[in-house]
Amino acid sequence: MSERLADTAPPTRRLPGEQGTWVFLLGDMLVFGVFFATFMVERAREPTQFDTARRTLHTGIGFTNTLVLLLSSLLVVLAISALRHGLTKPARACTLGAMCCGMLFVALKAAEYWSMVAAGHGAGAGTFYLYYFSLTGLHLLHVVLGLAVLAFVLSQVRRPELSPTRVAVIEGAACFWHLVDLLWIVLFPLLYLVS
Amino acid sequence: MPIVQLLCTRAGFSWVLLIAATVASVALGIDHGTGAAVSVVVLGIAAAKVRLVGLDFMELRHAPLGLRIVFETYCVALWAVLSAIYLWL
Repeated sequence: MSERLADTAPPTRRLPGEQGTWVFLLGDMLVFGVFFATFMVERAREPTQFDTARRTLHTGIGFTNTLVLLLSSLLVVLAISALRHGLTKPARACTLGAMCCGMLFVALKAAEYWSMVAAGHGAGAGTFYLYYFSLTGLHLLHVVLGLAVLAFVLSQVRRPELSPTRVAVIEGAACFWHLVDLLWIVLFPLLYLVS
Repeated sequence: MPIVQLLCTRAGFSWVLLIAATVASVALGIDHGTGAAVSVVVLGIAAAKVRLVGLDFMELRHAPLGLRIVFETYCVALWAVLSAIYLWL
């Protein structure tokens, strides 16, 4: 497997994953970009209400979730690197670690949702909260899809040999997980920090 | 290659930068009042973090030039559009 993977290791310029994957990833980034801009436009209409509502969010949970996703991304990078060097055990351990981080993110987000609804700050409590639940809910869906994608990577890591096509699919899967991290990197300051 | 060696790569360095940038943006964002400049800086840090994730985690640094240009443009446009809406709308 290491020889096959070494053949596909980055030389000068190469596309990580397959072309189709990048059409999807860039499209998703563009759609979220429009959502981010729409949120800012709505925010400009009611700046005081948005800022008051923003202060009711749990910044500590948002911050922790950012660190959790960053750690998961690093673990995915390590998993891919290990796979390229034929180290299946570390690759498996890192993929599992990334999945644990993803599950921790979901648990923390669920706790935050529960706490906010209990405090009367549900999706119907105002425009800010509607946007908050819509944007973070859509992102949460990406996290759950990402966990399924990482489960696929884990199943591939166990294989004794990987074809170049399969390696490209694994790289694309890793890029999807990084996209989940990338989107949260924008969502966190947009919702929790910009006053 | 042991995990420790894998950490001593550009991706590992970028990860440390990403953590530092996250801490900095939270420190800036919390209780800084209503300073417009601070919010624009926080959005700038976010765009810079997105760029690091793309270049070093998604391996776009060595991707075909077209894809890299599209991604870099996205990062700049994201910061510029969000900041412009924040400042002038």
